[in-house]
Amino acid sequence: MFLINCPYCGERDQQEFKAGGEAHIERPKQPTELSDDEWAEYLFMRKNIKGVQFERWNHAHGCRKWFNMARDTSNDEIKAIYKIGEKPPTQ
Amino acid sequence: MRNKYSIFSLFKNALTYHENWQRAWKDPPPKKEYDAVIVGGGGHGLATAYYLAKKHNVQKIAVVEKGWIGGGNTGRNTTIIRSNYLWDASAGLYDHALKIWEGLSQELNYNVMFSQRGVMNLAHNLQDVRDLKRRTHANRLNGIDAVYLNTEEVKKFCPIINTSQDIRYPVLGGTLQRRAGTARHDAVAWGYARGADEMGVDIIQNCEVKGIKRSGDTVEGIETTKGFIKTKKIGVVAAGHSSVVANMAGLKLPLESKPLQALVSEPVKPIIDTVVMSNAVHAYVSQSDKGELVIGAGTDDYISYSQKGSHQIVEGTLNAILELYPIFSRMRMLRQWGGIVDICPDASPILSKTSIKGLYFNCGWGTGGFKATPGSGDLFAHTIANDEPHKLNAAFNLNRFVSGDLVDEHGAAAVAH
Repeated sequence: MFLINCPYCGERDQQEFKAGGEAHIERPKQPTELSDDEWAEYLFMRKNIKGVQFERWNHAHGCRKWFNMARDTSNDEIKAIYKIGEKPPTQ
Repeated sequence: MRNKYSIFSLFKNALTYHENWQRAWKDPPPKKEYDAVIVGGGGHGLATAYYLAKKHNVQKIAVVEKGWIGGGNTGRNTTIIRSNYLWDASAGLYDHALKIWEGLSQELNYNVMFSQRGVMNLAHNLQDVRDLKRRTHANRLNGIDAVYLNTEEVKKFCPIINTSQDIRYPVLGGTLQRRAGTARHDAVAWGYARGADEMGVDIIQNCEVKGIKRSGDTVEGIETTKGFIKTKKIGVVAAGHSSVVANMAGLKLPLESKPLQALVSEPVKPIIDTVVMSNAVHAYVSQSDKGELVIGAGTDDYISYSQKGSHQIVEGTLNAILELYPIFSRMRMLRQWGGIVDICPDASPILSKTSIKGLYFNCGWGTGGFKATPGSGDLFAHTIANDEPHKLNAAFNLNRFVSGDLVDEHGAAAVAH
């Protein structure tokens, strides 16, 4: 449980948000040409990092907009919040 | 030779004020090389080592554990054991474990306090009723004991449940597996550790894995905080940290690690002599032999290794508990904790070879691995020793995420995952 600074609404309780899992997993551009292995990689395989991870969040009980977050999963500390479409921070 | 535990040994040691008990396991430094190394000294890892030594005659085995044995999720779970799963593959896997539980204390000469007090799953809406009836039939077809109870029978079996029809989620019925129950979680780890140690397994605690060395697609050994250990076979049984170890070998797993919480109350006199689970309102409760109510809450929906769950998860569970058991309204909670569980997309475990020769994974048990401890150890030992799965864990391979042949127990088992 922690506070999240929604880029559209400001700081709110984490309860209002829905975690959307790992970010920057690109949808295959040509799905018909994908092998089973590539589909498995896209659908199921996750880095599940212990440390700083880029992930998607949705302000489900607020503005309902999606955004990205860099969060340290070992202590739940939020390092950065950035909008969908923006590149992840390098630091 | 290990001294046997018995009423006579208890008496004999009482005469010397219990100061001369033999050590239950040694604390050796790691050797340079082993035939097999198990990463993770929880119940599943220790059981794997035990069965590797006992049934497959593997000579030199080590279990490396970053903390102390049984100090992770093994020592902090709600200890529920049952096998009433919907799908054939799951039924086979979990009932295999349940059958071993039934003779485990005798086999290990260690009282794991396995208590077949029954597990009841409640239905709160019509879909629950249909699902639970379907599961009861599926269980019976698989030779697993299961009965469907109506509301009156639920009340009779566990009188403290509020079965009035004017509550928010009234009890419409439930299922009962009488062979199911609970066991003493620490004793399971200690019993397997003692048994494995007796057969020459080295249990190495405070030894964290830092890397997996491979040449091409074959493993050569592991880097640990106590130096390099050479081995041809590595069995990883690292629960919530499975992905961390997999990443060391350059593998990705279909897992997400999340905090799962449980809590216990102050101890009281015996009040509930069974295990009652409710998926719809997410509350399950049993009573330990010490008298504490043992209550399981849910997982948070975000990935975290912090071992801290959110307060509202506990609050939601306790709301549900209070509506179902008004008698608990003045109970005080003693302690609460969060453990990290590794959850598969289909909520079924992985006991499998990998694309790297000599590297095996036993993971993805999610929120319900304790019940499977003996079966998981037995089948994983078989997989490692023979380099191919036993027929009971063949369906739980890593390749099912490529082939699409998932064992979808999400919701199907009518319990919390």
